[in-house]
Amino acid sequence: MKRGFTILAVLTALLLSFSLYAALVLAPTEQTMGNVQRIFYYHVPSAWVAFQLFLINFVASVIYMIRRSTKADIVALVTAEVGVVFCTVVLITGPIWARPVWGIWWTWDLRLTLTLVLWLIYVSYLVLRRFSSSSQTPLLAAVLAIFGALDVPLVYFSIWFFRTQHPAPVIGGGGSLDPRMGWVLVSNWIAFMALAWLICWTRYQLEVAQRAVHEAEAMQSLMEGAR
Amino acid sequence: MNANHYLYAAYIMTWAIHGTYLYNLARKAKRVRREIEKLKKPAIARSAPEQKS
Repeated sequence: MKRGFTILAVLTALLLSFSLYAALVLAPTEQTMGNVQRIFYYHVPSAWVAFQLFLINFVASVIYMIRRSTKADIVALVTAEVGVVFCTVVLITGPIWARPVWGIWWTWDLRLTLTLVLWLIYVSYLVLRRFSSSSQTPLLAAVLAIFGALDVPLVYFSIWFFRTQHPAPVIGGGGSLDPRMGWVLVSNWIAFMALAWLICWTRYQLEVAQRAVHEAEAMQSLMEGAR
Repeated sequence: MNANHYLYAAYIMTWAIHGTYLYNLARKAKRVRREIEKLKKPAIARSAPEQKS
């Protein structure tokens, strides 16, 4: 297990380094936007990874509601937490790109607003899990996560069905992307997926240990009370 | 359009966000490890007289 983790960590570091080099050096410079367009290699893969994590969170929440499985509950918690981190990256890098290209940091455009709503839903999910001590918390959180996941397709397809200021999707949206840019984008996506997987794995182990510690502490105080 | 500082800002912010999260994770792991050690200590203390008898 430890060896697998080390291999994945080394692979992820190599992938991230190569992808950073590819994004800054190997990818061609876009003619209109110039180097600012390179933000796209971090912004788009981060969004994809966040969506994937929220979808895993949705599946885990449904499994938890059906089977009351602790593992599913932990997977839901972990993916929501790491998903919020990646979604934060999306919400920060987007305006940094928009400022020189659109001339504004933020606009209440449909996709931007829905992404912000998605982030707020999962932040409230984490707040609920952090500050509620009720035994019903995992169930309430699972219900919230299922509603939250409904926002993911809305965010993704908002630029397909509505006229928004956000650029058209690069895959399947009719937009044309230079193949050299395409593979740099995919390489960054793989690198960020590996990073997300690594963080989720670590966070999962930590949550399991934390719950075991709490159980042991409760048992210990029970035994001391019985004496 | 020459606005390289926006590019650097975006990349630095990305790694700052991931770095902050990983730092918090490491702190949490350290706290859990400390709690495990604390739990082990009384267990050893309790098992010591039993081993003597």
